[in-house]
Amino acid sequence: MHRRFSGDNIFKTAAMILAASAAFILLITGYTLFTGALPVFQRFGSYFFTGTQWNPVAGREIFGVLPYLLGTLVTSGIALLIGVPISLGIAIFLVEMAPKTLKVPISYLVELLAAVPSVIYGLWGLFVLRFWVVDYIEKPLSAYLGWLPLFSGTPFGLDVLTAGIILAIMIIPTVSSVSREVIQAVPNSIREAAYSIGATKWEVIRRWVLSYGRSGLFGAVILGLGRAVGETMAVTMVIGNAIGPSAVPTSLFQPSQTMSSLIANGFLEATPASLEFPAYMGVGFTLLLLGLVINVIAHVMVTRVLKIKGGAVE
Amino acid sequence: MKTISKIVLAIVAIAIIVGGLAGYVYLSQTSSEEETVLLGGSGATFPYPLLDAMITQYRTIKPNVRVDYQPIGSGGGISALQTKSVDFAGSDAPLTAADKELAPNTLHIPETIGAVTVTYNIPDISTGLHLTGQVIADIFQGTITKWNDPAIQDLNQDVVLPDKDIFVAHRSDGSGTTFIFTGYLSKVSTDWEQEVGQGKTVAWPGGIGGNGNAGVAGIIQGTEYTIGYVELAYALENDMTVAAIRNPAGNYVAPSLDSTTEAVSSKASEGLPAGDGDWSNVDVLNAPGEQAYPIVSFTYLLVYKELNVLGSGMTQPKATALVQFLWWVVHDGQQLGPDLEYAPLPSSVVQIDEASIHSITFNGQQLPTS
Repeated sequence: MHRRFSGDNIFKTAAMILAASAAFILLITGYTLFTGALPVFQRFGSYFFTGTQWNPVAGREIFGVLPYLLGTLVTSGIALLIGVPISLGIAIFLVEMAPKTLKVPISYLVELLAAVPSVIYGLWGLFVLRFWVVDYIEKPLSAYLGWLPLFSGTPFGLDVLTAGIILAIMIIPTVSSVSREVIQAVPNSIREAAYSIGATKWEVIRRWVLSYGRSGLFGAVILGLGRAVGETMAVTMVIGNAIGPSAVPTSLFQPSQTMSSLIANGFLEATPASLEFPAYMGVGFTLLLLGLVINVIAHVMVTRVLKIKGGAVE
Repeated sequence: MKTISKIVLAIVAIAIIVGGLAGYVYLSQTSSEEETVLLGGSGATFPYPLLDAMITQYRTIKPNVRVDYQPIGSGGGISALQTKSVDFAGSDAPLTAADKELAPNTLHIPETIGAVTVTYNIPDISTGLHLTGQVIADIFQGTITKWNDPAIQDLNQDVVLPDKDIFVAHRSDGSGTTFIFTGYLSKVSTDWEQEVGQGKTVAWPGGIGGNGNAGVAGIIQGTEYTIGYVELAYALENDMTVAAIRNPAGNYVAPSLDSTTEAVSSKASEGLPAGDGDWSNVDVLNAPGEQAYPIVSFTYLLVYKELNVLGSGMTQPKATALVQFLWWVVHDGQQLGPDLEYAPLPSSVVQIDEASIHSITFNGQQLPTS
């Protein structure tokens, strides 16, 4: 009895250390980024977060991260707008409608999308998708709705819209497979009850299945958002990498840049003794903060949903 | 039965361990006869294809010297040199005053020559469009916006230029190519110098950024009426359409290995600093030679003059191997250049490098170069 007890203690301590390592890694990353970025925080203060100029040329240094913060949010937003409905469609079809013979191959193919390295998506975006976006989406939109600020500018294909579409494709595997699990977990008794009172398939899915799994589906979307915010290579290749005030995304047809692509573009060649180096550390720190904010918001919203639909989710 | 199989297992295990130890002792004895020396370097990606070919060839000459060069970017290379975690670094730009303070007594050893080509995509107009530095600066700054602008048309009397908007493409990643190109534009245009300046990344007034030479080439080849810049080796290998640029002698010169080498040799005759001198303002842009291509630059190997500063990692055999490798790079190694589209160093620069390499010491002693 006694021996087993002490074994449990050792196991407990080991598990605790392993769990603490996650927090430790996060803290040490945040600390490194913050201290690394200290020179630019001290020099530029709040301008670093609200400014739009970015100039690493020696003697003219000025660094404001706002355009890339907006670029990150806008491209990720487009990705969610396009990717989430498609992912939900895939998940609903697979769970509620697909015959067994289709179920396995389709879910296998969707998961295969997640195995494609992001640089491949980038290359495909640069050499293939970009031209489709220009010819079939941007040119018609520009011709008929060009007077809207959202669609102003010359369609070029290397812009916020193409980056958003690439990101949408990249988040589909994550969002759809998690949603599929969530929808699958909705008890059949719920469906049977709904059918028994005469609901159509559409009503069952919309009113009961989706609403029952709401918090889980929300979690799936947040996972997708996390992937979109952090994605680097594919975005860098298609977003057009504008810099400074012209990178503020005011139109879908405008080149911009995200925070992760800014780091990927500049960090390798930044001279260590320059102010440019701490500036990229600052961008990394901002990205980490954004990740934390997204997660906190997600947590708050999930608990709110849980309260409203009290008892609906285990 | 069980005990027998356990005994057999134990014997097998012991045999493996003893055999492994014996093999290890044997191997370490044979290799100690000819001590293997490992030299570590890191830095610029631009010279990597050439350096890699040099390193491979050097192994056939000196099998006991292993050189490891990591192309992590000039910034990373300089940082590694400052923290003394490498024996040498590669950089496309000379050290700035601030960086030199963190790596005092560093030698600049020009190792090969890079050039930047201006490339474009206009239907039916092939290689050789005439441009001047001022016109290129105005295009990249957005003050010339049409291909048939009088400023371009005047330089190309017998070419029919289209009435189309110019799309500008530039490198989005920090790169030595951008450093050379913006250095040239700063030199030929005061507007550019005042508003943008020179850097590995600059605050581009507009245009689209592509990642790497391939990214810029992808934008240009995929879209009509674009203009951009890529480094010479990439342009030659991929047969890209490039502009002939007017040099100070008044000739329109297309980028090539010959016009690149001529640029360096004509500039070197005007004088270059010694290896331990101040290189921070050295450039070989706008060289005076008749057929010199104007957008040309050195890429450097950086090494400490007194190798003791590298601490216990540096030994006499290692220091000797490093000096001999550098000597080989600036002499026989240069022959590998042309096949890879790198311009070889002219003899005047090799002489400067020779003096620099001779000045390297370990424990205060000069080291043999062969």
